[in-house]
Amino acid sequence: MMRVGLLITHVRPEEKLLLAEFAACGVTPDVILDRDLAFDLTAGPEQLAPSGHPWTAYDVILERCVSTSRGTYALAILNAWGIRTVNNYQTATTCGDKLLTTLALARAGIAQPRAMAAFTEETSVQAIEEIGYPAVLKPVTGSWGRLLARVNDRDAAESVLEHRFTLGDWTQHTVYAQEFVEKTGGRDIRAFVIGGQTVCAIYRTSPHWITNTAKGGVASNCPVTSELNDLCVRAAHAVGGGVLALDVFESEHGLSVNEVNHTMEFRNSSAPTGVNIAGAVVSYVMSVGQDGGRHEWPPYTVDTVEVVL
Amino acid sequence: MTSTTPTCPTCDATVPMPAGVVAHELITCPDCGTELEVLSLSPFTLDLAPEVEEDWGE
Repeated sequence: MMRVGLLITHVRPEEKLLLAEFAACGVTPDVILDRDLAFDLTAGPEQLAPSGHPWTAYDVILERCVSTSRGTYALAILNAWGIRTVNNYQTATTCGDKLLTTLALARAGIAQPRAMAAFTEETSVQAIEEIGYPAVLKPVTGSWGRLLARVNDRDAAESVLEHRFTLGDWTQHTVYAQEFVEKTGGRDIRAFVIGGQTVCAIYRTSPHWITNTAKGGVASNCPVTSELNDLCVRAAHAVGGGVLALDVFESEHGLSVNEVNHTMEFRNSSAPTGVNIAGAVVSYVMSVGQDGGRHEWPPYTVDTVEVVL
Repeated sequence: MTSTTPTCPTCDATVPMPAGVVAHELITCPDCGTELEVLSLSPFTLDLAPEVEEDWGE
């Protein structure tokens, strides 16, 4: 019988769905709380997990922490020990940082909004004006649409930057500025890539420029076209693969990838799409536990390798 | 906090165990709306849910 660990901060609706799907497969994961972790970094994977089992006993660990720092460092440790995880450390560390995500997508030639990085108030204003107004300022780490700022002119840019550099901690002093993309029909797309294919997608529609469902965006089904699937699979591959949710913009210039999330929430997405997302995640995790999931990514040739930054 | 009918740490209301709840799920006090974490099912115990931290997200 496969031994699965489910690493969490607490149980969200998604983890409840995942537990039910594991049960349907006859698997009862050990629920491991990130608050209970204490790793001996100088020892090996034979040390005991909070469950009382050695880490080596696990065929796979599914990381679903709400805490990005805890989840990412746990993956670093587990992968260093050779423990299979979903997702892996490479994917988590890339997707957990918008600057690194942009670099990975650029390296693979994936269409995305133009973005710049700068480290002082003065050079950040220059970067924003290089992109042009309106521009979007985002913390390099963060989620749920928090602390996003759409700046429409120089006054707004200078004001936001002064606040960030005065009141923010050091993480706010790396400025990531992104081209603002006017959303067609007030919506964007969230696509779910699991095990190398786009299993479903939703439109997120909102009168607000931030369309996150955590901010009140309304979900409806989005057909997965070959164009959307190709873009999303390539983008997922670019960040390391696994179980991912990609935010995609539509515009007159075509589709572009905005962000990639590696511990996705999907509570609002199965109903409109009719796709059992939790079931797809569990199937993928089981495949990784059985054979490392190495079959997930077919050989892929990146057509364009031009770095656009 | 160890009785079979725990109370809300904020308002002291009795909090019944929701159907289908699992350990470490977050629930809401029906009286005051405080977010609570289910620490265990048997016995049914609760505590305040952890505060949202800056690095929380998806």
